[in-house]
Amino acid sequence: MSRSLILGAFLSSLVLLAALVSFVWTPYDYAALNIPDKLQPPSAQHWFGTDHFGRDMFSMIMVGARTSIAVALVAVGIGMALGVPLGLAAAARKGSWLDELIMRGNDLVFAFPSLVIAILITAVLGAGAINAIIAIGIFNIPVFARITRGAALSLWESEFILAARVSGKGAARISAEHILPNVANLLIVQGTIQFSLGILAEAGLSYVGLGAQPPTPSWGRMLADAQTMFSFAPHLALIPGLAIIVTVLGLNLLGDGLRDWLDPRIRVARA
Amino acid sequence: MSLLQIENLSLSIHGADILKQVNLSIAPGQIVAVTGESGSGKSMTALAVMQLLPNGAEAEGAIRLNGHDLVNRPESDMCALRGASIGMVFQEPMTALNPVKTIGDQVMESILIHKAMPRAHAHDRAAEVLSRVGLPPDRFPLSRFPHELSGGQRQRVVIAMAIALRPKLLIADEPTTALDVTTQAQILDLLKGLVSEYGMGLLMITHDLAVVAGMADQIVVMRHGEVVETGATSHLLRHMQHPYTRMLFEASGHQVALPETAQSQPLLEVTNVVRDYRLPRKRLFDTPQHHRAVDRVSFTLNRGERLGLVGESGCGKSTLTRAILGLEEVQVGDIRLDGQPVFSGHKPNLAVRRKMQVVFQDPYGSFNPRHRVARLVTEPFHLLDSPPRGREMEDRIAEMLTAVGLSPDDMGKYIHEFSGGQRQRIAIARALIIRPELILFDEAVSALDVSVRAQILDLLAELCEAYDLTYLFISHDLSVVRTITDRVMVMRAGKIVEEGDTESVFSDPQHQYTKDLINAAPTLPDFGQEVA
Amino acid sequence: MLRYALKRLISLVISLAVASVVIFAVIEVAPGDPASFMLGVNAQEDTLEALRAELGLDVSKVQRYFNWVSGMLVGDFGTSYTYRTPVSQMIADRLWVSLPLALYALALSTAIAFPVGIYAAARRGKPGDLTVMGATQLGIAVPNFWFAMMLVLIFAINLRWFNAGGFSGWDKGFWTGIHSLTLPAIALALPQAAILARVMRSSLLDILGEDFMRTARAKGLSRRQALWQHGVRNALIPVLTIIGLQFSFLLAGSIIIEQVFYLPGLGRLVFQAISARDLIVVESVVMLLVFAVITVNFLVDLAYAAVDPRLRSRT
Repeated sequence: MSRSLILGAFLSSLVLLAALVSFVWTPYDYAALNIPDKLQPPSAQHWFGTDHFGRDMFSMIMVGARTSIAVALVAVGIGMALGVPLGLAAAARKGSWLDELIMRGNDLVFAFPSLVIAILITAVLGAGAINAIIAIGIFNIPVFARITRGAALSLWESEFILAARVSGKGAARISAEHILPNVANLLIVQGTIQFSLGILAEAGLSYVGLGAQPPTPSWGRMLADAQTMFSFAPHLALIPGLAIIVTVLGLNLLGDGLRDWLDPRIRVARA
Repeated sequence: MSLLQIENLSLSIHGADILKQVNLSIAPGQIVAVTGESGSGKSMTALAVMQLLPNGAEAEGAIRLNGHDLVNRPESDMCALRGASIGMVFQEPMTALNPVKTIGDQVMESILIHKAMPRAHAHDRAAEVLSRVGLPPDRFPLSRFPHELSGGQRQRVVIAMAIALRPKLLIADEPTTALDVTTQAQILDLLKGLVSEYGMGLLMITHDLAVVAGMADQIVVMRHGEVVETGATSHLLRHMQHPYTRMLFEASGHQVALPETAQSQPLLEVTNVVRDYRLPRKRLFDTPQHHRAVDRVSFTLNRGERLGLVGESGCGKSTLTRAILGLEEVQVGDIRLDGQPVFSGHKPNLAVRRKMQVVFQDPYGSFNPRHRVARLVTEPFHLLDSPPRGREMEDRIAEMLTAVGLSPDDMGKYIHEFSGGQRQRIAIARALIIRPELILFDEAVSALDVSVRAQILDLLAELCEAYDLTYLFISHDLSVVRTITDRVMVMRAGKIVEEGDTESVFSDPQHQYTKDLINAAPTLPDFGQEVA
Repeated sequence: MLRYALKRLISLVISLAVASVVIFAVIEVAPGDPASFMLGVNAQEDTLEALRAELGLDVSKVQRYFNWVSGMLVGDFGTSYTYRTPVSQMIADRLWVSLPLALYALALSTAIAFPVGIYAAARRGKPGDLTVMGATQLGIAVPNFWFAMMLVLIFAINLRWFNAGGFSGWDKGFWTGIHSLTLPAIALALPQAAILARVMRSSLLDILGEDFMRTARAKGLSRRQALWQHGVRNALIPVLTIIGLQFSFLLAGSIIIEQVFYLPGLGRLVFQAISARDLIVVESVVMLLVFAVITVNFLVDLAYAAVDPRLRSRT
């Protein structure tokens, strides 16, 4: 196991642990206002300091991890659940109208960056964490469809697939039995990368007010709240930013490490 | 004095010994062939002369070019020597050229990088050497890109690059392995001509003993990084000392004795089959052109018969194979097995499929790496209505693995635990397990080393005896087809140009193309085979 | 070559058409009548009718779609519900901030990523490579708007080299404008440069393993010469794809970055429009962004053909 795998797994589990623990315990109530203690720098009482309402930043970061992970995880789930079958189907019927339709559909979705999708959804439904999930999830679909199709296409050329066809197996069965297990590693690695991109996207959307709404804490909105005050209370901006960096860095290292560990030959497009 | 003198060359890569005490020498105008099976270290010897070894390689001993040692020469010296004093030609012409530069630029680069002459002269020299290798600029302008040329033409460009500055030593690493026999013959002639014309020394790396026998002045036989035998070609062929050399030559011309069979009724009937592919349009509003891969092919394969299909790449034999297997539908004509069509109503006919199996070329790509042997071998059971289960299934697997010379214990292993030859045995076991009426061997021994190939051919002969096989053996390798089939068909440009009893087609070919093919194929001299 | 370009052009037009239908359909789903939103709940029915007619809302949805599209083709994006000014005018003003910002960032990102990627590939596995790769790993993990805040803290608030926000406009001269876009462009460009450098490096490393690189070495080219003469151009093919994708990230990213620096760009316009439910502005800005992304990818397709002769002649 490589160093990046170990470090990545450590950082990722640290963040995951914080999110899980926050369900049963946080140092303070993350929503409790305590105006007299506002804008305190990190100290023994408040490890990460307090915000402009005197709320404990450490507790908010813990609960914010929940939001980030939930949004990014569900978005990856949406992308995989829809993208992988589409990619498998496109590869199985290479060159057909179905393949063409799926790939052109992919191109079209790629023309809508997740921020643009979020803007559209918000314009219609109003802001909220669900919007962020849908927006990031939709953008993930073509990513997974494309990477699945690409890997599946080269597998379809291989002789063991021809042998399976000679044994009378249909496209659906071959996709499930031979193709999917052989692209699984690739999908795990890409899933980790999309997860980290999802964390970044969620932070961006919350920052501009298109993500989770108050009182749900989220790292992106903590940064937006810090905007007017960080010149005299830098910890307001530093701490949520570092939380994002640690999470994304951890997931990226984990993805890189997994790629080498699972199979040194596979390649992942960082789209 | 010799041009190149390799003395006690030893090489290790990251601590693993690759070459051990290799000695060889080449005189000007001489052709020295280094031969051996995969892993013998023959290509590494060539790369050591170029000092283009992989990272982590450490060399000991001496490689003297005109008396000057190349081992541990500074990189800048080697850059000056490469291309100017030593030229090199590689195996894969399809990938050896930069796809985004014109052939003229790439040949000129060989000249300009050594500042041998001004640009205008270099252009003339590039045109001149390209003409010399058979690509005259009036037919092949210097502005062509590699993808516009065939494999043989690209290899000519690679040769032109290597000889542009008339190096004293030319190294050719399997220069014709990726080419068809007729192209191979032309490239070998070209190389021989260049050697005598320029007085170069040629270090030729090849696994093909027939090529070696027909071309080399000196032969060096290698195994596991060591030179096992060396000598002048005519002498070595008559007096082989080392058992490995004898085994190698015996295996190269390996003959098997197929059991006699009583041929009865037709099994596979192919009638007037046509398969077209649409080509991309040249201009926007052109009517689409078609490439006719298989052109009105008809033949019959009788039960118990072993039929060969030979032809060069692109002749349509792969397309025909896929059509027979029911993997692709044909536009015109009819393919029937035992009287039933392989395609019925645009769908492959499962009743026919269970009577047919296939063994492919690539022993590495033929198996799902995530399944165990038991599951791999039993995949064709999917075709049966009531496949054997449990104990019965295990017995069948054990029987098949034993039949192909493996152990029943192997059924729990993964495919990466087997060598190439063993994998091909497993592929045969997979094909045999449902006792098909017909087996297609699609270049099934082409990727194997000669000694392994000989063993697989023996296995096929044994299986013919034990299971009364009927098969279609598709190959580009004439010598293999000659020994493993009763009847043979020669295919060219989608058509079957000649067919008949294997022996009579080979000894008395009627069609001009068959004659060309047989003449072009290098053969081992007779005395080489008598030694065994 | 012409056929290739024409084929791409047709696919561009189809993509734009489909995208416009999708955007229009999504906005149509939005609840509420712009006219009553603008005039308030107590408006008279006949006033509403008049306003609907003025806004072009009194015809069928299909008719409205075609009016919208045909208007856009001649540069008429309709009238803003809230400001009652032509949307095209509002967008044009803001575009003069957002587009230069995205292009500036793209130029910076490419200018940083190419040398860094080539440097790392040429020193694969050596300390220089490891340092650079570690730095890019960190660069990818940094959210650009947070990085922007840090830049403001250091270079605007502490060092006072730049203004903390706002845009001088182009009237005071090109360099003044560039100066006020520099911090936002750096914030946008660096994380993207980290990604691009990694792609450049791995693409080059793939090429270094190709047979033709060995051929080049056999001709007498040194490692460095082979890398530059034969490696870089072939490595550009995958890199171009990423540059195309990055443009859409940069454009979207610039919308967020504008919030940090209080820049009067498309981002601020669209967020104001969302909160005012000025859907025609949202619709038009989104269409414009999608248009930009699709067009850039079209240009990338053309660039492929320039780099790769195989594409030129195949079609």
